[in-house]
Formats: sequence, C-alpha cells, structure tokens
Amino acid sequence: MNINWTLVGQVIAFVIFVLFCLKYVWPPLTNAMQERQKKIADGLDAANRAERDLKLAQEKATAQLREAKEHAAQIIEQANKRANQIIDEAKESARQEGERLKAAAQADIEQEVNRAKETLRAQVAALAVAGATKILGSAVDVEKHNALLNKLAEEL
Amino acid sequence: MAGSSTEYIKHHLTNLTYGKLPAGYERVEADGSTHVLEKDTWTLAHTGEEAGAMGFNSVHVDSLGWSVGLMLLLMVLFRAAAKKATTGIPTGFQNFIEIVIEFIDNNVKDTFHGRNKLVAPLALTVFTWVFMMNLMDLLPVDVVPSIVGLFGIHYMKIVPSTDPNITFGMSITVFAMMIYFSIRVKGIGGFAGELALQPFKVKNPALQAVFVPINLFLETIALVAKPISLALRLFGNMYAGEMIFILIALMFGAGLALGVLGGVLQWAWAVFHILVITLQAFIFMMLTIVYMSMAHEEH
Repeated sequence: MNINWTLVGQVIAFVIFVLFCLKYVWPPLTNAMQERQKKIADGLDAANRAERDLKLAQEKATAQLREAKEHAAQIIEQANKRANQIIDEAKESARQEGERLKAAAQADIEQEVNRAKETLRAQVAALAVAGATKILGSAVDVEKHNALLNKLAEEL
Repeated sequence: MAGSSTEYIKHHLTNLTYGKLPAGYERVEADGSTHVLEKDTWTLAHTGEEAGAMGFNSVHVDSLGWSVGLMLLLMVLFRAAAKKATTGIPTGFQNFIEIVIEFIDNNVKDTFHGRNKLVAPLALTVFTWVFMMNLMDLLPVDVVPSIVGLFGIHYMKIVPSTDPNITFGMSITVFAMMIYFSIRVKGIGGFAGELALQPFKVKNPALQAVFVPINLFLETIALVAKPISLALRLFGNMYAGEMIFILIALMFGAGLALGVLGGVLQWAWAVFHILVITLQAFIFMMLTIVYMSMAHEEH
C-alpha cells in the first residue's frame, strides 16, 4: 500500500502509451474508418443515381419504341400507297403497250392483205390469159389484150 | 485457522517489492536466523515488513510488470489493427477494435467539444488499459501466485489497479494534462482567475478581494479532489472486489461443502465483477474526458 517509485513508473508508462496511441494507433484507424464511411456514402449515392438513370433510360426507351412503331406504321402505309400506285402505273402502261401492239399488228395484217391482193391480181390475169388461150386454141396476143386483162384484174 | 487466514489474506495483499533496505536493518532469513545489514541494499523484500521498511525507494515489480505487460499487449494489438486498417470490409479482430474505437470516439465527441487531438487517444488508452488491468481480477486469486511460488517468488498481486501507485500514477498524469491544457487554453491569468474569482463573484472590487482567499481555498480543494477521487474510486472498487475474491477463496480450505459453496460464490462474484470491471474502466475514461473538457472550456 506504500506509495513509491511504482507511481513514477506508471506515469512514464502511461505517457508512452498515450503518445503511442496518439501517433500510431488513433490516426490510421480513424482515417480508415472515415474513408470507408465516405466510400459507403458515395456507393449509396451512386446506386441512387444509377436507379434514377435506369428509370430515365427506361422511359426514354419506351418513348423511342413507341416512336419507332409509329414510324414503321407510317412507312408501311406509304409503301402500300406506293405499291398501289406502281401497280396502277404498270397496268396503265401495259394497256397502252397492248394497244400499240394491236395497232401495229393490224397495220401489218392490212399490209399483208394488200400485198396478197396485188399478187392475186397479177396471177389472175396470167391465169385468165392461160385459160383463154386454152379455150380459144390459139395464142392470144398478150400485147393486144393486155389492157383488157389489166382491167379485169382491177375488178377482182 | 484464524492466524493462517490472516496470513493468507496478508500474503495476497502484499506486493512483490524490489527496493532499498536501509543500513542497520535487521533481516530475518527463511531459517529464522537474523543478520544486520551493513549498508544500504537493493533487494527483493521477503516480507511485508521489509517492504514497509523500504519506504519510497522501492518498486512494486508485480503491479508495474503486469501493467506494462498489458500495455505492451494492447500496443501490439492496436498496432496490428492500425496496420491492417483498410477502407475495405473489416473482419473479425479488426471489426472488434474498430467497434471499440468508434465507441470511444462517440463518447469523446458527445462530451468534449474543444479541439484537441490528444483527448480521444487518451480516452482509448485509459479505457482499454484500465479494463485490461481490472480484467486480471477474473483470474482465480491463487492461480498466478501459486505458479510463480514454484519459482521461489513469494508475492504476486496480478491486478495492477488494486495498487494505489498505479491508479494514482494514471490520475496524476490526467491531472497534469488538465492543468497544462487549462493554462494553454486560458492562459495563466485565466486559470488563476478560475481559481480565485469563483464561486463567489461580486462587482464591488473591495468585497471581491475579501472573497478571493475563500474562493482560492474552495477551488483548490475542488481541483485537488479530482485526481484523488479518480484514483481512489478505481483503487477502492478493485481492491474491495479483490478482497472479496480472497475472502471467498478462504472457504476452499474449510471442508468439501464449504469449498463447493465457495466455488459457486467465486463464480457468482466473478459474474457480477464483470460489470464492475467494465463500469470502472468506463467511469475512469468518462471522467478523464470530462476533466479535459473542463480544462478547455471558459467559465
């Protein structure tokens, strides 16, 4: 129970311990803890922000989707219209082409007919002369009757 | 029985003391023979009487040894925690130390509003160290003394806080810091004014001069009472607790039935003592913070 040098020893030990904690224990630990707190707070903030961003992005995506759908519908409508138009145009051009071909064909036919008629006339005259020659038993002077024959041929 | 009980208790309350026996002291050897010391001798005291004869020129090897040993243990643990401190997820031991640090930090922030980086580490030191010193009380009273007895060491008090040297050592250090910070924050004049111009304060200078000695007397007593009460509170609580452990331990030598009862009582007292241990460490820390706070506040 005596007070003695133990007291002085304890004072010295106490001072050493306090200084040790002051220098080597308290600052690193509290700094680490504060930094961790800050990190966690930042993390929570970031999470909140991300959630908000996600919501915004979702809204944006929905809006864009709707817009895209509208756009697509518009395009389809336009395409349909255009297709009908093209079909109509094609029909029209086909009809015109057909008519043109028909006209050309008719012209050809007429030309052929005329040519055939021409040939027939020439041959009829020759036939007539040949027939007449046979009937008459003598040669017909072609030169003499040529005018007559031509007239006949004209009448055919 | 009565004599041996007294001896048993005395034995348990005597520190292992190393000190200077004065010349002319008559030393009693183990075999009963005596011889007179011719000159001053530094030695381990063999009896309580020798320890008493050494006076101030002695050291309680056990108190100071356990105290410093626990300090070194805490230093190693704290340093390990401080080195491993990261901003990542703390685990196990790291977590435990950080909980202690946070607990102390909160207490300091609640009570101490000045700017002083020393106060929180001081509170950490006081709380953990006093707690560890008190915790030694939970080791059964006879275990360590019996073990060191095998090596020829007769006395061993393992609870440093039952030694007033230890508690006064701490409270006087706290007191010195208090005075130092008082003077640093308020100046010599402010500190002296706090002692002389309170609690009786009047506007009339002549009347005030009459009150100054009274104030000085009252405030000085209040000031000096702080370290004394701080030390004696811890010492008294731990000493009384230790004493009860020793008294219960006496029952072990008094038959089987009493021995069993003694065991139960030891256990019950130890459970209750856990509260005392923690509470006394906490009180010592809180009062240290409060005193530091008072040193920093202007009145």
